Amino acid sequence: MKKTLITASALMVAVSGSVMAGTLDTVKERGAVQCGVTSGVPGFSVPDDKGNWKGIDVDMCRALAAAVLGDNTKVKYVPLTAKERFTALVSGEVDVLSRVTTWTQTRDTQLGINFAGVNYYDGQGFLVKKELGLKSVKELDGATVCVQSGTTTELNLSDYFRTHGLSFTPVVFDTNDQAASSFDSGRCDAFTTDLSQAAGLRTRMKDPSSVGALPEVISKEPLGPVVRQGDDQWFNIVKWTHNAMLNAEELGLTSANVDAKKAESKDPNVKRLLGLDGPKGKGLGLADDWAYQIVKQVGNYGESYERNLGSGSPLGLERGLNALWNQGGLQYGPPMR
Amino acid sequence: MSSDISNSGNTPQDNVPKGQLPPESKPKFWNDPRKRSLLFQILLLCGIGMVFYTIINNTLTNLDQRGITTGFDFISEKAGFGISMSLVEFTAESTYGWVFVIGLLNTILVAVLGIIGATILGFILGVARLSDNWLISKFSAVYIETFRNIPLLLQIFFWYFAVLRALPQPRQSIEFLGTFLNNRGFITPAPVAGEGFGLVVIALIVGILASWLTVRWAHKRQDESGKQFPILWTCVGLVVGLPLLAFFAAGMPISLDHPELKGFNFRGGLTIIPELIALWLALTIYTAAFIGETVRAGILAVSHGQTEAASALGLSKGRVLRFIVIPQAMRVIIPPLTSQYLNLTKNSSLATAIGYPDLVNVFAGTTLNQTGQAIEVIAMTMALYLTLSLLTSLFMNWYNAKMQLSER
Repeated sequence: MKKTLITASALMVAVSGSVMAGTLDTVKERGAVQCGVTSGVPGFSVPDDKGNWKGIDVDMCRALAAAVLGDNTKVKYVPLTAKERFTALVSGEVDVLSRVTTWTQTRDTQLGINFAGVNYYDGQGFLVKKELGLKSVKELDGATVCVQSGTTTELNLSDYFRTHGLSFTPVVFDTNDQAASSFDSGRCDAFTTDLSQAAGLRTRMKDPSSVGALPEVISKEPLGPVVRQGDDQWFNIVKWTHNAMLNAEELGLTSANVDAKKAESKDPNVKRLLGLDGPKGKGLGLADDWAYQIVKQVGNYGESYERNLGSGSPLGLERGLNALWNQGGLQYGPPMR
Repeated sequence: MSSDISNSGNTPQDNVPKGQLPPESKPKFWNDPRKRSLLFQILLLCGIGMVFYTIINNTLTNLDQRGITTGFDFISEKAGFGISMSLVEFTAESTYGWVFVIGLLNTILVAVLGIIGATILGFILGVARLSDNWLISKFSAVYIETFRNIPLLLQIFFWYFAVLRALPQPRQSIEFLGTFLNNRGFITPAPVAGEGFGLVVIALIVGILASWLTVRWAHKRQDESGKQFPILWTCVGLVVGLPLLAFFAAGMPISLDHPELKGFNFRGGLTIIPELIALWLALTIYTAAFIGETVRAGILAVSHGQTEAASALGLSKGRVLRFIVIPQAMRVIIPPLTSQYLNLTKNSSLATAIGYPDLVNVFAGTTLNQTGQAIEVIAMTMALYLTLSLLTSLFMNWYNAKMQLSER
């Protein structure tokens, strides 16, 4: 019996040890990137009618698979609720969390995770029924508000109402979808979440035109991909996957013209990005054409945005803060050299 | 346990009278079953200790390696979020420790309400299923077979999403005798205690004490003289009448806080949120089906000869049930009933699916996510459910022992 006990405890040590192995090696061995996504937020990550995942967060996962494995379809999507997400990431159930997650100090420093950039600058807003004729959040005194559990949204809501001397009753749900549909069916007077998600969820309501957003944006919500702490190589890969997409947009490289540019461009920036020159893939432990594969298979950041959130989608969101830095936005890709 | 082993494993030498044994025949320690069993138990204990040590040590090392904060410091940190329903004051300034208390109270509230509801409904169902009336017994059978075979989560969803969601908006509330029913819940006027209400409370306590003494005295008198005393009516008079008398004497010191439609919702009054109603209904209806079967089994376990013998003694039908059947049936009913109560309490954690702020929702859910300290939070939650369950079984075991046949 003692022997079995020792074997069992030895096994436990061994099992927990293997989780710490390099994520890149694990991904290559498995042949797929395991990507934690939402259980359904239009524009960010949602399965279409054929069961294919679509969205700007999904494109992040596809870009990673293109860079690491050379094939953007080699992604295994794991839908997670807000409550499950960090535990799933830290325990190694997913390799990366690309799931509308707000970058905050507590999360970055106390949960054993790292934020690898910001792929969407968002802010929290409120949806209400237009028939109530509300003009401002300050008129919501005494309202019942539907909100998703375990989010920064839940905390911002409480902060905002308290500082403005307003009272409210929260009704808290596990997923944003449940919160939105509960608002839709009249359980709450208002629904609060990040404005981009609100725009997406609004399209699913019974009568989207009867629902409007209040003008106030009550918080900063920088959303981005998240990785486990302690694996710098994988952290770099995720960070530079996003940066490559930003730089590709800045240099005018799209999935349509990347082959032509690769053949003829004399621009040293383009050559470095496409792996013909410069640092290539060595420092990241990837193939030299990793960024080329991203642009070719997934496209640049602007393409991904327009397809999922912008003019090419039912959401029709403006670029706003998410325009490139040289077009009045905040998206700024550090130089690839 | 060790004494059992040593008794059953007596060696032949132990039976030989002392002093007649040659000293060299003392067995080696591994041949002495007492010492051997002691050795094995020590080894087992060491093994278990080592497993726990390894698990805890391993966890702490791994948490540390991954840069995850550990410890219970978060309990005194400000929570900063709102909770839809709390039995005691809760603001966003309250701490995570207080969130734990709020969640605990909400869990206890729905569990207690559920236990009361399920017990009453379950006893009615169990008796009804044994009824001579064809319609009543078949109705009960259909009810039991339907509700105990549908998963509880689906029943909760049914009550919450299908039934309560279909209720009207606050402005179109269904009004009944000053109470309102809408999709925000059930709103009733709240009683507010005024000056002199303390007198009523004192009267109630006195009434309860007096009836307890009366019951004791009446039992003693009946044992001694065989004379009966109208216990029930005396107790009702004492427990209800005395406080009522005090209530009127003090000048009716209760006012009602009537709910009023102001802005979005009703202000004032008492609001019972639809999440609580849905969860309570589902838990009651589901568990009652099981309790019904337990009660039926208990009644059937009392042999028919007992009833006949009691009737032969000239006891009325009601007394046969009260003094002969139920006391014996209870001995069979209580142990499985305890399990149902425990199940109900644990099943109340499904609250999180519909947003009722129970312990799992506000503590193992929101708090876990805001602090990220999964291990501490889950350990505290599990320890609490364990404590609740142990307390329930302790109480039920005491009750069981009280109801057992007292042998003379």
